[in-house]
Amino acid sequence: MIGKAKYSKDRGFSMDNQKLAKQLMKKSKTARYERMGKLGSLAMLLLIMVIVIGIIVFVTSKGLTMFFSDHISFKDFLTGTLWNPGTKTPSGHPAVGALPMIVGSFLVTILAALISTPFAIGTAVYMTEISPKRGAKILQPVTELLVGIPSVVYGFIGLSLVVPFVRNTLGGSGFGILSGTFVLFVMILPTIVSMTVDSLKSVPTFYHQASLALGATQWQTIWKVVLRAATPGILTAIVFGMARAFGEALAVQMVIGNASLMPHNLISPASTLTSVLTAGMGNTVMGSLQNDALWSLALVLLLMSLFFSLLVHFIGRRGSFKK
Amino acid sequence: MAEPIISTSNLELYYGKFKALHGINLSFEKNQISALIGPSGCGKSTFLRCLNRMNDLIDGVTITGTVLLNSKNIYSPKTNLVELRKKVGMVFQQPNPFPFSVYDNVTYGLKISGMRDKSQLDQVVEKSLRQAAVWDEVKDNLYDNALSFSGGQQQRICIARVLATSPSVILMDEPTSALDPISSAKIEDTLMDLKKEYTIIIVTHNLQQASRISDKTAFFMQGKVVEYEQTTKMFTNPENKQTEDYVSGRFG
Ligand SMILES: Nc1ncnc2c1ncn2[C@@H]1O[C@H](COP(=O)(O)OP(=O)(O)OP(=O)(O)O)[C@@H](O)[C@H]1O
Ligand SMILES: [Mg+2]
Repeated sequence: MIGKAKYSKDRGFSMDNQKLAKQLMKKSKTARYERMGKLGSLAMLLLIMVIVIGIIVFVTSKGLTMFFSDHISFKDFLTGTLWNPGTKTPSGHPAVGALPMIVGSFLVTILAALISTPFAIGTAVYMTEISPKRGAKILQPVTELLVGIPSVVYGFIGLSLVVPFVRNTLGGSGFGILSGTFVLFVMILPTIVSMTVDSLKSVPTFYHQASLALGATQWQTIWKVVLRAATPGILTAIVFGMARAFGEALAVQMVIGNASLMPHNLISPASTLTSVLTAGMGNTVMGSLQNDALWSLALVLLLMSLFFSLLVHFIGRRGSFKK
Repeated sequence: MAEPIISTSNLELYYGKFKALHGINLSFEKNQISALIGPSGCGKSTFLRCLNRMNDLIDGVTITGTVLLNSKNIYSPKTNLVELRKKVGMVFQQPNPFPFSVYDNVTYGLKISGMRDKSQLDQVVEKSLRQAAVWDEVKDNLYDNALSFSGGQQQRICIARVLATSPSVILMDEPTSALDPISSAKIEDTLMDLKKEYTIIIVTHNLQQASRISDKTAFFMQGKVVEYEQTTKMFTNPENKQTEDYVSGRFG
């Protein structure tokens, strides 16, 4: 009682205080929104993770079916050179040899990356270091446009221009690794260029200044400082390009010839993992060996793309430098 | 006065239409430290960059007048920029080592001019790092990324990188403003040692620093040199009222 009376003296003050305390304790609108936003994005993230994990689990289990249910050995799959699931090779092994496709995929990917890299670096250096204004005006939109062209268009161009060209100059049917490489080269070039441009742009200008102030020429500065400092970014760009090349199906399928044979040379018809997949997908029955074999090819593709993303991660971690 | 190593006469500079330097006449003597002081935006950095032609890199800059280095005009068309910048080295405000090893940083200037001999390079690395007073701190980690060292160490690595090309003049634009007092003090000590062999021109906002280390001081204001004097005289008994106001801190 006494206490209450005492408080009532400076009641106004204590009321204000209480109100303030209440306000502080109460969750404000913005705090509530923030919570909702956090929960919302967490939910999205979980959903995506579930989907990704689901895909990985599904492809893995389907991809392993052939080995465990159909009792085919990994060795026959990875080293056999004859692909005709359901039949046997002359030597009596199941004809599920994926080596020609694996070799084909790696060949087109590596060759396309090898050809693209110098072109991409040259273009990117021109766009960022030598003539940034013209680079921004012409080359930037061009590369962006090239990235956006659907792969069937690239394949079609390859089929109508590259294949006849190869046929007329080098002989053969024109279908093969070389035509596939060429189409992929054009397809991955813009990816590598634009990512290389980004990594060159992220090299701080004070590195240029320091280099020039030490008596370096512009060319020495580009070569010895800018490209060197940007190397992790450039490697990442190349790996991205390779991942794209490795996974590209349609355009390659249109020009490579689709013969599941070991490539003898660059102009003999060959195949890649993806081209065999797209060609065979519609023609097999779920649960049959033919279908299971395709899933095993898909598993190889999945593992490769996981490998590529690990590689990107690794390069990024090794190469990050403070600005 | 002895023969100056660098002297400018009637040096004017325009950024587009804006006149940043209004006829600068200054001479710098060999083996001295000269400080450039003045309020922000008065043209100290601009002037410094004229001395190794780093302003050439900025679009729309017009420069008139002459800058004589060992009595040769560096703005004559015959000047070899590469040679000029080896003779007139520059240390920047922010420590800016390349993201390479300490060794590669220090040898950069020599390698681009074609020196390949490993033992010779090794010698220069040690000598330059010793002169810049960081040898003891980096000698066990010469192949570590230069960015893994502290800011003060990085700045001294940058000084070593400049020393490695054996310049005769070293330009420094607020080299300690991004550093803590202890690192700054170390760099000041380093500079006092270096002046036996080099001529140093340093821009600083730290008036105590200017008075501690420099032999002569130039006070800039609005693109003009207000006063250029022996440092002791400048800080105790300046001729000019504006200088007095500035050095005594009675100035905006
Ligand atoms: N690249 C540029 N383009 C146009 N104007 C410039 C450029 N650099 C400097 N200026 C102008 O020239 C004047 C002198 O600049 P400067 O950088 O030389 O001053 P400063 O004395 O070094 O100043 P601070 O002490 O802040 O470094 C300033 O008015 C500035 O705005
Ligand atoms: Mg400045």
